[in-house]
Amino acid sequence: MKKIKYSILAFLGLAMVLTSCQPKAKTTNGALSSGAAEKVYVAPGEHDEYYAFISGGFSGQLSVYGLPSGRLFKVIPVFSQDAEKAYGYNEETKPMLNTSHGFVPWDDSHHPDISQTNGELDGRYVFINGNNTPRIAKIDLTTFETTEIIEVPNSAGNHSSSFVTENTEYVVAGTRFSVPVPQRDMSIKDYKGNFKGALSFISVDPEDGGMDIKFQLLMPGFDYDLSHPGRGASHGWFFFTTYNTEEANTLLEVNASQNDKDFIAAVNWKKIEEYVNNGGGKKMPSNYAHNVYDEHTHTATSTMKKEVLVVDPSEVPGAVYFLPTPKSPHGCDVDPSGEYIVGNGKLSADLTVHSFTKMISAIENEKFDGEAYGIPILKFEDVLAGTVSQPGLGPLHTEFDGQGNAYTTFFISSEVVKWKLGTWEVIDRKPTYYSVGHLMIPGGNSRKPFGKYVLAMNKITKDRYLPTGPEVTQSAQLYDITGEKMELLLDFPTIGEPHYAAGIAADIVKANSKKIFNLEDNKHEYATTNDNDVKVVRNGKEVHIYMTMIRSHFNPDNIEGVKVGDKVYFHVTNLEQDYDVPHGVSVIGANTSELLIMPGQTESFVWEPKQVGVWPFYCTDFCSALHQEMQGYIRVSPANSNIDLSWSLGE
Amino acid sequence: MKKSRILMFLGVLLPLMLFVFPLWNITLEAPQYPTPLGMDIYINDFADANPHDIKNINLMNHYVGMKYIPDAIPEFKIFPIGIITTTIIGLLIAFKANYKWYLYWFILMAVLSAAGLYDFYLWEHDYGHDLDPKAIMKFTNPDGSVMGFQPPLFGSKDILNFRAHSYPQLGAYFMGVGMLLSFIAFFVGKKGK
Ligand SMILES: [Cu+2]
Repeated sequence: MKKIKYSILAFLGLAMVLTSCQPKAKTTNGALSSGAAEKVYVAPGEHDEYYAFISGGFSGQLSVYGLPSGRLFKVIPVFSQDAEKAYGYNEETKPMLNTSHGFVPWDDSHHPDISQTNGELDGRYVFINGNNTPRIAKIDLTTFETTEIIEVPNSAGNHSSSFVTENTEYVVAGTRFSVPVPQRDMSIKDYKGNFKGALSFISVDPEDGGMDIKFQLLMPGFDYDLSHPGRGASHGWFFFTTYNTEEANTLLEVNASQNDKDFIAAVNWKKIEEYVNNGGGKKMPSNYAHNVYDEHTHTATSTMKKEVLVVDPSEVPGAVYFLPTPKSPHGCDVDPSGEYIVGNGKLSADLTVHSFTKMISAIENEKFDGEAYGIPILKFEDVLAGTVSQPGLGPLHTEFDGQGNAYTTFFISSEVVKWKLGTWEVIDRKPTYYSVGHLMIPGGNSRKPFGKYVLAMNKITKDRYLPTGPEVTQSAQLYDITGEKMELLLDFPTIGEPHYAAGIAADIVKANSKKIFNLEDNKHEYATTNDNDVKVVRNGKEVHIYMTMIRSHFNPDNIEGVKVGDKVYFHVTNLEQDYDVPHGVSVIGANTSELLIMPGQTESFVWEPKQVGVWPFYCTDFCSALHQEMQGYIRVSPANSNIDLSWSLGE
Repeated sequence: MKKSRILMFLGVLLPLMLFVFPLWNITLEAPQYPTPLGMDIYINDFADANPHDIKNINLMNHYVGMKYIPDAIPEFKIFPIGIITTTIIGLLIAFKANYKWYLYWFILMAVLSAAGLYDFYLWEHDYGHDLDPKAIMKFTNPDGSVMGFQPPLFGSKDILNFRAHSYPQLGAYFMGVGMLLSFIAFFVGKKGK
């Protein structure tokens, strides 16, 4: 027995010697030898070529990455509270998360889309949907902050959102779940024929970006999955994929997968807009929040809106048609020319492509194959442009490179497939690691894609990354698509679920990025833009501290006269006017978060001291050589004490 | 009109551009300022090269105890009066006097410019050396003396983590060309004699 052991050890020893003698050529193989590493390398001090806005899925946020490097630049809080930025914790942004269900500090953020002018990305805003408590948010790309959130009434599972028309006339918010409209107490069994699916058209003010629900189309009770605007000739139309045209209400994995074909709903929104502008539709009592963040007051306000305009599609003839599409289509993608509408039937073996031209001529010749709830159904053969046959398993989403090629993700077979528009032939396929959902080509949802890279977003990464317990990071993969064949360049981990993404050339955005807020423009109700104006004011049990901060002190830094049971508001203004010099502040025992205040900005948090003592507050952002000295004290006396408020600095 | 007199007129009027363009500029470069901090010096004002630069220079400089750049200095009153006075004198010379006076005007301007530069040097020296004794950071030269933070009068120089540049600007060039023209006018006048 011993002998065997020794011989094994000897063998291992020999093996080690042998392997260590091997020439070390192996390390030069792989990505490096093909130049992939060089292609994603962005030298220190240089900028990435593209911004990628990748949704955080169940994190409720939107992340900003650079391409091709895959470096994470920022996580923009949208629907979820974020202690890092005090979003949803400070007094200024709490109203952003108000809804008709009260304060909802989380959501499931899915599909970002960038604003467009003349069908090209203009880099002003990113829109993104909150899935769970239906909302649409607008992020301003001068500040990379969420500046507006509108709740969507009569909806549930706001999924086929938030895609914009080619002049950002509208952002759509299509419901995934049909629900009773208006909501009421009724038996779920009575779903069929009684539930409605609302497709909301949210107008965007061309000047200030202000959002407003222009109208809601109350569609039959299917599930509305994804959508895309028409462009070019098909501008004025919007296309929505549907599933569960069976109108099942239980065990949908079976009951909603019975029909051989579901529909793509083609909506002529210009026609409905005209109808509405002429007094069509009806105003319906409703209750939904509209939250707007003002850059000058640095403060959000939440308004409850009380009605919404609804339109019954059967009352606007010629506005809505159904295009039969196999089978439970997920992505609904329109090519840059606006001619082809790709229905990614996730249970279908083939990929179905409809033709806009054929659709129009079928409509003109009234070639209908029946109707559903008063909406004409077109004949499949009459609208079909072509089929990519047997391209893979589980097609989900297609994007375009602007060179006549399309790229489709296949969830089940975990791959990206490149195929040619018009000939429908498969050109190339590349595996993803693993279970790819959506993919993104910068500018993909526009007339002018930047067809250099495609980014695939994956759910499962078992063998790609260091294990981190039962949950392993989700990830994105970057492919070079400049050649005939795709080339995998990079894997990089992502926050939350990288559900969907939008990308844009960095040059369009970065020049407009704000560096500071001008103190002169600070109209915050509690701003202190001058050191002479600092003060502490008592108003009953409320104490308002008007404080300033600058490298490297707070003013005041000694405060006395606060009592147990007071509600203490810290209103802190950052007097810096220098790029990238925020300061932070928090106080011991605060039940909120720190404040991270940008140069020229004011933010407020509430502190309710429960214990007598002298409590420190300090700067939470390493701001300067004397950051550690940037601190102060606040004295808390018993509730019945009669110490007057006083404050000082440098005494 | 004689050529020399035209040149003299032109030369006398050019320094008036000092009321439009800056006289001098001091720029501070450092890696953490991709856009360098800069201050333009006019004959009657200090101005930001980019918005808020002076405020940010003050914030940086307070660590070593330098005073804030003043809103105004007495020179801002004296310099404009000086320029207007020399312009009036120059115009009188150009109208009435003979070419020899062109040279006297040139000498007057040269003397005043030298005095102005010396004054600027003194101000810079004071600004860079009169430090707050309670300064947060204290630096000494290798010989043990207290380090000064005086920007160069002309040229470039390293000050701690910054590289400071100090150069004349358009206003100063106009004045220089004006003086040169008066000098040329003198020679043209002499030749024409
Ligand atoms: Cu600080």
